[in-house]
Amino acid sequence: MASDAPIPAAQPERAGAASLLAAPLALPMRLIDWPMQGLQRLIGERRMAYVFLLPNLGFFSLFVFLPLVINFIFSVTGGAGLFPSERPYVGAQQYAYLFDCGSFLDASSCREDHFWRGVANTARFTIFQVTAMVLFSLLTAVVLNMKIRARGFFRAVYFFPVLLSPVVVALTWKWILQRDGLLNAAITSLGGERILFLVDPSWAMFWVVFVSIWAHMGFYTLILLAGLQAIPADLYEAAEMDATPRWRVFWRITLPLLWPNMIVVIVLALIRGVQTFDEVFVLTGGGPGTATLMVVHYIYETAFANQVQNFGLAAAASVVLGVVLFALTLLQLAASRRKGAA
Amino acid sequence: MHSKHWISALALTAGLAMGGFVASDSAQAQTTVRIAWYSDGNEGEVLTDLLKRFEAQNKDIKVVLDQVPYKAITENLPVQLASGQGPDIARVVDLGGVARYALDLRPHLKDAAYWEKNFGPFLPWMRPEGDAKAITGFMTQLTVSGPFVNKTLFEQAGIALPGPKTSWEEWGKTVKEVAAKVQAPFPLAMDRSGHRFFSVAISEGAKVFDAKGEPAVIDDGFKRGAKLVYDWHNAGVMKKELWGSVSGTAYRGANDEFKNAQVVMYQSGSWQIAQFDKTVGDAFDWIAVPAPCGAGACSGMPGGAGLVAIKTTKSPEAVAKVMEYLASEPVLSEFYARSLFVPGHLGIAAKGLDYQGASPHAKAALKVFSDQVAQLSPVAYQLQGYTSNRVIFNAVISRLGQAISGEGSLDEAYKRIESDIAQQIAERKK
Amino acid sequence: MNRLARMATARRSPGRWHWTDVAAYAYLALGVVLMFGPVLWLGLSSFKTQAGLLEFPPSLLPMSQKEVRVEGHAQPLPLFEVTLEDGSKRVLAQVRRIGIQAQMVDPANPGQSIRVPIDRRTAVREFKLATENYTEPLERFAFMRFLWNSVFVTAVATLITLVINSMAAYALSIYEFRGKTAVMLMVIGTLMIPITIILVPVYLVITKLGLVNSLWAVILPGAATPTGVFLLRQYMLTLPRDLIEAARMDKASEWQIYWRIVMPLAMPALAVLAIFSIMWRWNEFLWPLAVLTKTESYTLQIGLNAFQGELQTQWHYLLAMTVVTLLPVALVFVFLQRFITTGIANTGMK
Repeated sequence: MASDAPIPAAQPERAGAASLLAAPLALPMRLIDWPMQGLQRLIGERRMAYVFLLPNLGFFSLFVFLPLVINFIFSVTGGAGLFPSERPYVGAQQYAYLFDCGSFLDASSCREDHFWRGVANTARFTIFQVTAMVLFSLLTAVVLNMKIRARGFFRAVYFFPVLLSPVVVALTWKWILQRDGLLNAAITSLGGERILFLVDPSWAMFWVVFVSIWAHMGFYTLILLAGLQAIPADLYEAAEMDATPRWRVFWRITLPLLWPNMIVVIVLALIRGVQTFDEVFVLTGGGPGTATLMVVHYIYETAFANQVQNFGLAAAASVVLGVVLFALTLLQLAASRRKGAA
Repeated sequence: MHSKHWISALALTAGLAMGGFVASDSAQAQTTVRIAWYSDGNEGEVLTDLLKRFEAQNKDIKVVLDQVPYKAITENLPVQLASGQGPDIARVVDLGGVARYALDLRPHLKDAAYWEKNFGPFLPWMRPEGDAKAITGFMTQLTVSGPFVNKTLFEQAGIALPGPKTSWEEWGKTVKEVAAKVQAPFPLAMDRSGHRFFSVAISEGAKVFDAKGEPAVIDDGFKRGAKLVYDWHNAGVMKKELWGSVSGTAYRGANDEFKNAQVVMYQSGSWQIAQFDKTVGDAFDWIAVPAPCGAGACSGMPGGAGLVAIKTTKSPEAVAKVMEYLASEPVLSEFYARSLFVPGHLGIAAKGLDYQGASPHAKAALKVFSDQVAQLSPVAYQLQGYTSNRVIFNAVISRLGQAISGEGSLDEAYKRIESDIAQQIAERKK
Repeated sequence: MNRLARMATARRSPGRWHWTDVAAYAYLALGVVLMFGPVLWLGLSSFKTQAGLLEFPPSLLPMSQKEVRVEGHAQPLPLFEVTLEDGSKRVLAQVRRIGIQAQMVDPANPGQSIRVPIDRRTAVREFKLATENYTEPLERFAFMRFLWNSVFVTAVATLITLVINSMAAYALSIYEFRGKTAVMLMVIGTLMIPITIILVPVYLVITKLGLVNSLWAVILPGAATPTGVFLLRQYMLTLPRDLIEAARMDKASEWQIYWRIVMPLAMPALAVLAIFSIMWRWNEFLWPLAVLTKTESYTLQIGLNAFQGELQTQWHYLLAMTVVTLLPVALVFVFLQRFITTGIANTGMK
């Protein structure tokens, strides 16, 4: 519903890229048509849906569904073996171990305290990150939607970090934030004291959130920008004639009409927040102490970094995470349903 | 216009198909031996040279050196080995962990006595548990942990350098004074590593194991060592950037800070020499000093990386040939000498190695570390030889790091260390 | 000139400056610095020498110490600016340093040696690019091989992803069939499972298929992306149904409808998926590291990360190689920037 906003000048490139993409496939696609027509005659038009689904589902079952099942088997077995056949069945022991807590409000009362610290950090991170992400991408989208010069350039500026790999993003910022980095050089040249950004827990969390916003904001900004451009201009013109104050226009017209896109942004950012790993891993290594240790980092460390690679416990933790992620995606589903009705 | 697309389409498809073929490499008449190798410095280049010579002498064997990030060796190699997909030879640090997959070279060696004579004390580190005979590899590098000192900073502060057998406490006080005078931000820095910490703890009298050889990590000596490090952090002798900045088992070093003359004393080890030599140049005088003392001993920790043959190889004969060549005295001498490593070969060590091209600074430091080898505490050797030693190291780094960064007390850390070790060893025995 | 002036003063409504216009331009200017600055800094740093990287405060441009050849010395000597005891300043070359004293000579008059305390000298420096950070590793490694592997993986994986995802999306958006809800739920349910947490099980599957060390081991597992199916389906839902019905009337086969009608119409969404797929595949690190162990099959990301050792990271190489892997992405972006951003805005998760 949102965005058939006319964005000119995309047409020529689009045609060029389209033929470029299609060219290598033209011949095979034509060849596939023969057996496909035969198949269609055999099973009928409507059942062709299954044929179209088959390749994707094949890959999917082999590389996502089957691994999920194996993962579940890992989580109910123990030992250090790699193949499920080498691993003794232990029932819910891994889960029990994970949930063995004196009090769920205090991570240090748990046997597997790092998991719970990871959960708490991830929750904290996600809340801060999503809030800030929505605010900043909204602000940026609004600014980019104003009648400004060189809009294409500025749009590109905000978008380009999206293309960088998480490792590069984290490395770049680590280089700036370290003790003798660029930022501290700037601070000391202005007469300030060096700040050890990655040694202080609150600063570390701040930068983790900041860098994550830096890297992904462009994507969300574009989604919101599309929504803004889809808002009919006459609404604004009418408001201008009535001399409505700008903040009121924003509050009464822009925000309500942008709401569907906002939901997409919130939910996507939420799910990505829960998954965060690479960036934080390279930037802070989960420290100081365990101040930025995330759940996925915990799972990775449990499965790989220790001498006894504890696949069972890691799998149990990932099943728990999977359940949470599934709940969040259902939330998205519900939200997009509501959006569809709106 | 249209036909052009067709041609480019065909060319692209053909190219892609070929790429697929080349990547899954075909069988060769030669026997191929693959070595998984990581590098800290120039040792990969040196080894490449040596292997070229080997190939010239042995036309029937092709040796491929697969150079990987260290991460691939610690995290992925164990999974590959467990699934039977490993290389033929690997350079590893977690010797005890990989020992289960090691190949016994003894039946294939021409002169097993040479190996026993020259690699004797290190062979048990690479043996599977319960095996007392197997020869599985040799040390590409013997490391000894110990401190470096920036002598120029001492001179600038006008404070005399403490002599040998000075206690850790005394060193801590002295370097703090030096740092205060010359305004160096790090009086004492210690790598975030189990080996470095246990040099201090064993010197303070930690026994690590009980009478039966089972881990009993927390004892009075250990607590003295841990308290020392903990107090140093609170007193500003050590900075939280190493032990307090990352979580879990991550390694952190202060080599860059030392090279930048910001560290007065740096508890690290012999492997740093090559890069200090190259990067510090003439900027200041750096020296290695003998291990400081505690209530129990004056000891560093031995360690290092071994080159280990892997059981799943299809051509053990060829693997043995490669290993024999690399372990032979002239070849290994050249390798140690060019990469500035402390030799893990008793014969070479006894003769003394001429590190050609090294500066006087580097030569002096290498001598200090080589001399330390004979003076290491037996506990240090026992810990290095213990198969699950990385379980102990990781637990200590992770929990002590948390205490230092202010998450919980030392007593809590002790409890966590014990339970972490117990849990992981139980999981392995399942 | 006139255009420039107009550009500089462009604002929301002609004639008067609202404070929001000023704020907007200030915000955008800050954005340019904040977004480009770090990457620019990375690029500059990659041209610094090992010693230059350690400096504090860091110099903006890559600098290194100036050296001169002095008669009677085989090696070039480093130049320093020295404050002498009488307060005068001179540029001298350093012969050697003993403790905290430096023995120096005047390059113009090499016979006489001067002793200077080391804290009274500062290095004379000049602009110099440490290109060896790039050339040395590139010569040492089979760079072209790595590059080819990366390009192969990225191109083939993206093609496969586009074809099979669009087929599935076509089925899920155009047809009504039994089990559709179940399939949709599966797609959505796994939408956000990061590969990190199922790394070991996927590795086992790949081992059983005998694909370890083949580039296909990197290409295949990520091909059926739920995100891709979801994105394409959402877009295809908005396509006009009458077109498809009309084609069916004309006896076009289902495959022809998919390939000839739906695919061209879904081009904006396909382009977005293509861009994301290229990005994901090009940047992939953890998974290839697990399945590729042979040098011949390394991708760029793995091959160029061999500088991370156990105890040392060779930063000067690592930064340079990071820039190398970043360049292709940057180029793609420079040329397709407009196409990419409008494409996303157009599909923009309808």
